[in-house]
Amino acid sequence: MKTSYFANKFIPVSTIVILIGVFWYLVAVPMNSDKVSRQFKNLTASEHILKCWSLKKPKLPTPHQIITEMVNTTFFKKISSKRSLVYHGWITLQATLAGFFLGTLLGILLALGIVHNKAMDLSVMPWVIASQTIPILAIAPMIIVVMNSVGVTGLLPKAIISMYLSFFPVVVGMVKGLRSPDQIQLDQMKTWSASSREILWYLRFPSSLPFLFASLKVGVAASLVGAIVGELPSGAIAGLGARMLAGTYYGQTIMIWSALFAAAFLAAFLVFTIDFLQKITLKRMAIIR
Amino acid sequence: MISVSDVNLTFETNDGPVNALKNVSMEVNEGDFVSFIGPSGCGKTTLLRVIAALETPTEGRVTVNNMTPDEARKARQYGYVFQAAGLYPWRSVSGNIKLPLEIMGYSTSEKEDRTRKVIDLVELNGFEKKFPWQLSGGMQQRASIARALAFDANILLMDEPFGALDEIVRDRLNGELLNLWARTRKTICFVTHSIPEAVFLSTKIVVMSPRPGRITDIIESTLPKKRDLNIRDSREFIKIAQRVREGLKAGQTEDVF
Repeated sequence: MKTSYFANKFIPVSTIVILIGVFWYLVAVPMNSDKVSRQFKNLTASEHILKCWSLKKPKLPTPHQIITEMVNTTFFKKISSKRSLVYHGWITLQATLAGFFLGTLLGILLALGIVHNKAMDLSVMPWVIASQTIPILAIAPMIIVVMNSVGVTGLLPKAIISMYLSFFPVVVGMVKGLRSPDQIQLDQMKTWSASSREILWYLRFPSSLPFLFASLKVGVAASLVGAIVGELPSGAIAGLGARMLAGTYYGQTIMIWSALFAAAFLAAFLVFTIDFLQKITLKRMAIIR
Repeated sequence: MISVSDVNLTFETNDGPVNALKNVSMEVNEGDFVSFIGPSGCGKTTLLRVIAALETPTEGRVTVNNMTPDEARKARQYGYVFQAAGLYPWRSVSGNIKLPLEIMGYSTSEKEDRTRKVIDLVELNGFEKKFPWQLSGGMQQRASIARALAFDANILLMDEPFGALDEIVRDRLNGELLNLWARTRKTICFVTHSIPEAVFLSTKIVVMSPRPGRITDIIESTLPKKRDLNIRDSREFIKIAQRVREGLKAGQTEDVF
């Protein structure tokens, strides 16, 4: 299988990347054309196009402008500097991880309750689903304001918003996972006169792990979105969300896009990390081979 | 050892009540090998599940080792082998066998001892560290039997344990099961829908019929306790098989409505 990695992964993925890139450069020309015509006179067609790709405050920055900005603000700024992408990324990452942890914990606890308690089974799930129909953008400022009024600021309010988004896939996945053992396996436990705690520990929990990992991948991406959304209404001065907001105020499109890309890379990194943990865990458990 | 008297069991379904067992009475004596045979829907598995306290009869009395089935279950008086091996994929063969022992709180050395003993008994030596996916269906079922034998239950309940296996493997496992029965002196209740399997294994054959699930004949086998596969060509064997077939046929034509 190793030999086909190139054909199965690299070629399809890079083909799409190249196609998107070409499309991007094509679209950047009409998007930025007006601005170029206003700023420069008497350009040849090719000069005009090149200017479209290199404006200081373009409507749509090109990939190389974003990459240049990202490289500059990642590697050539002090990590503690307010202009460093690493600094802002780290702030957002902390809130993301804290929220992800809380959300996973809450999700697992709720799922355990739902699976083991008939009353919770009937009453909790509708609320869990209802919680996700409320737009996070509407509820995020309220969480920030309410927590601010009791003196809680900084990381925790953002983590709560992350948690609000990330507990949902965990509840849904874990309920399904904890219920995945079939009737024979449950009957068998009964013939051994196992307690429900033993059934949970020996059967339900191990059976649920593939479901848990699938949920965690969705949950961690949702956590990142939550942390960024949490930074938008708070007037935060640090974090990828704050960076995007600042970019909007000053018309710094390149800054917005580079924060956006940083968030995307961060999300990809988090998802791949969980994917990796999933592979080694399930391989160890001989659930996948 | 096991006594079932006048048991009725009705399942409430969306299509109305289903009479799964009707006026079922039978006895299993210590050391018996009893087979329950009949077409699907005759209640043979339900009867086994009643004995195991996995179902509760609507009426009637069942005792297992002079206890109610539920007390016997809680006292871990029986081992149950299901139709599917039901091994845990994340546990090796020995890990699977140790699972009930862990739940029952055996000490580590005791667990090791017992696991070694039952692995010997089902001839899975050398496969202790293998995982279920590395075993054939027959070997998985042997591991599952070993798991049911590992703790101190003198009754073994088996629900079509070889139903999913091909005939060649099934014949061999039947032979092995008889050896195992002779060596462990357990009392075995065995559900099957194969006439030769029932006749070959049993000291007592309970023939059952569907709608409602009931017993049409109980046959005490006249075959010697020690037997091998060749016995299937003997006159005695053919005679008993014939009687089983007649019992099954009687159940079909009998007008019960």
